[in-house]
Parts: sequence; structure tokens; C-alpha cells
Amino acid sequence: MSERGIQWFRFTAPANFYDLAGRLIPWFAALTIALFAVGLYLGLVVAPSDYQQGDSYRIIYIHVPTAWMGMFLYVLMAAYAAIGLIWRIKMADVMAKAIAPTGALFTFLALWTGALWGRPTWGVYWVWDARLTSMLILLFLYLGYMALHAAIDDRQRASNASAVLAMVGVVNVPIIYFSVQWWNTLHQGASITVTEAPTMATIMFVTLLIMVLAAWMYSVAVVLARARVELLERERNARWVQERLEGGTK
Amino acid sequence: MMEFLAMGGYAPYVWGSYLIMAGLLVVEMLQLRYRRRSLLAWIRRMARLRAQEEKQ
Amino acid sequence: MFHPLLALLRRDLTLALRRPQDALTVVGFFVVVVALFPLGIGPDPEFLRSLAPGVLWVAALLAVMLSLERLFSDDFRDGTLEQLLLVPEPMGLLVLTKIVAHWLITGLPLVLVSPLLAIQLNLRPDEIAILMLALLIGTPILSLIGAIGAALTLGLRGGGVLIALLILPLYAPPLILGAGAVDAVMHGSSAQAHLSLLGAMMVFALFATPWATAAAVRIMLD
Repeated sequence: MSERGIQWFRFTAPANFYDLAGRLIPWFAALTIALFAVGLYLGLVVAPSDYQQGDSYRIIYIHVPTAWMGMFLYVLMAAYAAIGLIWRIKMADVMAKAIAPTGALFTFLALWTGALWGRPTWGVYWVWDARLTSMLILLFLYLGYMALHAAIDDRQRASNASAVLAMVGVVNVPIIYFSVQWWNTLHQGASITVTEAPTMATIMFVTLLIMVLAAWMYSVAVVLARARVELLERERNARWVQERLEGGTK
Repeated sequence: MMEFLAMGGYAPYVWGSYLIMAGLLVVEMLQLRYRRRSLLAWIRRMARLRAQEEKQ
Repeated sequence: MFHPLLALLRRDLTLALRRPQDALTVVGFFVVVVALFPLGIGPDPEFLRSLAPGVLWVAALLAVMLSLERLFSDDFRDGTLEQLLLVPEPMGLLVLTKIVAHWLITGLPLVLVSPLLAIQLNLRPDEIAILMLALLIGTPILSLIGAIGAALTLGLRGGGVLIALLILPLYAPPLILGAGAVDAVMHGSSAQAHLSLLGAMMVFALFATPWATAAAVRIMLD
């Protein structure tokens, strides 16, 4: 087995993917813990409070990463789903399905933290701001994808049908975003704009970057772990599963 | 320390965000571990049953 | 009239005319939902007027969604849909034909009854004209997008509820533009921007969604 010179096609074989993911997960988990530790320390203790928003602005350190991950994971999920649909690669569907719950979770957290940030900043928990509204619709898209995948019993059909849905969704996300933004500007004028300091202090920027990376590493670790479980579930009767269990592995 | 926890008067919002996020991430990981363990247990049980059948 | 697409269109329309209650149910639903709103929010004419565009559009959206399940399900059950896969015409065009028939049966009646409801909600004639125009451009979008959901839930238990979850989020843009058009006229500005965007969206949906729907039908019949 050659460790150097990655042969990408090998990942599409379930057993290889299972082993490789198993080896990678601890590294990503360690990175996640380290980055979160540093990021939380910087964000909650070191970074000075904002002169306008006081300490409430510290929510930005989790609001922005969760929002980015929520959006990015949807695109990634749709990309995997499309690969699975077009090239009939089963592993791609496993990845797409494994991404969905984590993406939905991050989207929910972005909404939650957005609401809790909105209360001290705007005086209300929820405003029909373009970003919040689009995120809400994104959450519905995630739920629809998961519901459709779960509703179809035949595995191949489930993966293909939900892939079509994911691709339709990904085309729609920008349309939804721009139409909501347009609607929003028509209805509210400039009454609500997030006060963003024109030049973000370096420490804030670095902290934000670290937190984004932490969320990334967390997503990779959890998605790989879920993909492994998903794979075991699908291939429970395959020989490679039996072999690995007899070896007493994890 | 108390000053840190008070978050300049914004404690419910800041901690409400951070703790819910931490809680949900932990729940996600625990749920995944539970799913994995029960699946492995099932696969092992089936393997044992199959081995017994082969002996008979 | 022997062109396969025209034949399909005629067949779908004939079937619908033989069972008019299906189409009437959708219109009835639309009327009842709109009639219930004043009971919930009070009879103040000015207030109702300001809510009217949103109420009418949301009710139309729900009515169209309600009708989606039947778009393919009858043909799916009696095997017609599988036969359609064998027709040499491109599946996308066949699907589009069925969507056109669906719109003629459900969307168009909604457009036609909307003025009555708009009068009840105290809209003025010029606003009603824009409302009808917006619905005329917008309801085909609803049918086109909805067809994807109808195809993806073919033969599933609880398909109707699932369609709602899959499709309603995608209805946000036409809702915003359609209701916004009426709103704009109400506030004394022009609805042209809204209507143009809505038209662009319809053209885009017209070209893009039938292929997605056809792919979905193929997958679900596979």
C-alpha cells in the first residue's frame, strides 16, 4: 500500500474510504479541539469589547463561522450529490447524505446566534433581514433534502431523487437570496444595517479566521465519521465489514 | 471572573449562543457514536448467529 | 391535432373536464382561505387592503401546491407515465405539456377568480389589473417548480406533505415578486420592475424546470 502518491479512485471503493477516513478523523478531531481552544480564548478573553456593541459582538465569532459553514456545506452537498447522480458513484451519495445533518445544524446555529445577537443590537430577536430570511429558507432546503432521502426506501432511487432536489436547491439559493434582499430593501429602507466597524481590528479578524477553521475541521471530522457509519449500514453484509470486525477494530 | 461571566451585561445573549452551540455539537457527536455502536452491535450479533448456523 | 404533444394536452384537458371537481376543489380552497383571513384579522377595510396582496398570493401558492400531487399520480398509478417514457418525443417536452395542462386546469381559474376576492379585500381596479397580470405570469412558475416536487414524491407515502416541505421554500421568489408588484402599485409606484423580474423568472423556469422534472420522473420510475 503506497501512502505517497494518492490514487483518488481508491477512495471510491468503500473499504478504502472506510480505512482512510478512520485514520484521518483523529487528526481532524485534534485540530478541531486545538483551534476551538485557541479561538475561544482569543474571542472571549483576549479580544477587546466593541466600543459600540460592548461584549455582545462576541457572538460574531460563532455566528459568522456557522453561517458560512451552513451555506458552504449546502453547496458541497449538492456537488457531491451531482457527482453521485452523473457518474453513478455511490460514495458521493454517502458523502452528500452525511453532510446534510451537519449543514442543517450549522444553519440552525447561525439563525439561533443571529437572533441572540439581534436582540441587543436591533432590539428584537428576529428581523426579516435578507440574510436571516435566506438562512431560514436554506434550513428548509436542508430539511427537505433529508426528508426526501429518508422517505424513499429504494437506496439508488433515494440518492438520485434527492440529488436532483439538492441541485435544484443550489440553483435557487442565489435567486432566493437576491429576491429576499430586494424585498427587504423595498420594505425597510436603510433602517436596519448591521453596524460593522469599517476596519476590523486585527485580533478580531484573526480570531474569526481561527473560529472559521475550527468549524471547518469539526465539519470534516463529523462528516467523515457519519459517512463511515452510513457506509457500514449500507454494506453491513459485505465481506470487508466482517473482516474488519473480526480483527477487533473500531 | 464574575466580570468575565457577566459579559458586560450581555451574558444571556453571549452565553446563550456559545452554550447552545457547544451543546448541539456535543449532541451531534453523541448521537453519531450511539448510532455507530448500535450498528456495530447488530453486525456482530448477526455474525455470531451466522457462525452458529454454520456449526450445526 | 395528431402531433403527440397536442394529443397529450388534449387528453389531459379532456380528463380534467370529465372530472371537474378536481379543478373546482382547488378554486374552492383558494376562495375559502382568502375568505377566512378577514375573520382572523378583523374587518377593517384599510388594514385588509394593505394585507390583500400577500393574502391572495399565499392563498394561490397553497392552492397550487394542493393540486400538485395529482399532476403525475394518476398517470403513475395506471401506467400511462411509463408509456410516456417510450414516446420518441423528448421527455422534457412531454412533461412541459402536462404542466401546461395542469396550469390551464388549476392556475388559470385562480387568475380568473382572483378579481372577485380582490374586490372583497378592497383593492382598486388598477391594483386588481396588476394582481391578475402578476398571477398570470406567476402561477405558471408555481406549476413549473411544483412539478419537480410532484415528480420527486411519486408513489411515496405521505407525498402531499413532503411536496409542501420540498417546494414551498422554492416559492419564495415568485411570492416576493408577485405580491410586491401589487404592493408597488398600492404605494403609488410602478410595478414594472417586479413584473419584468417575474417574467424573467418564468422564462428561466420554462426552460430549466421541465428537464429537472423529466429527470425526476425517470428516477422515480426506474
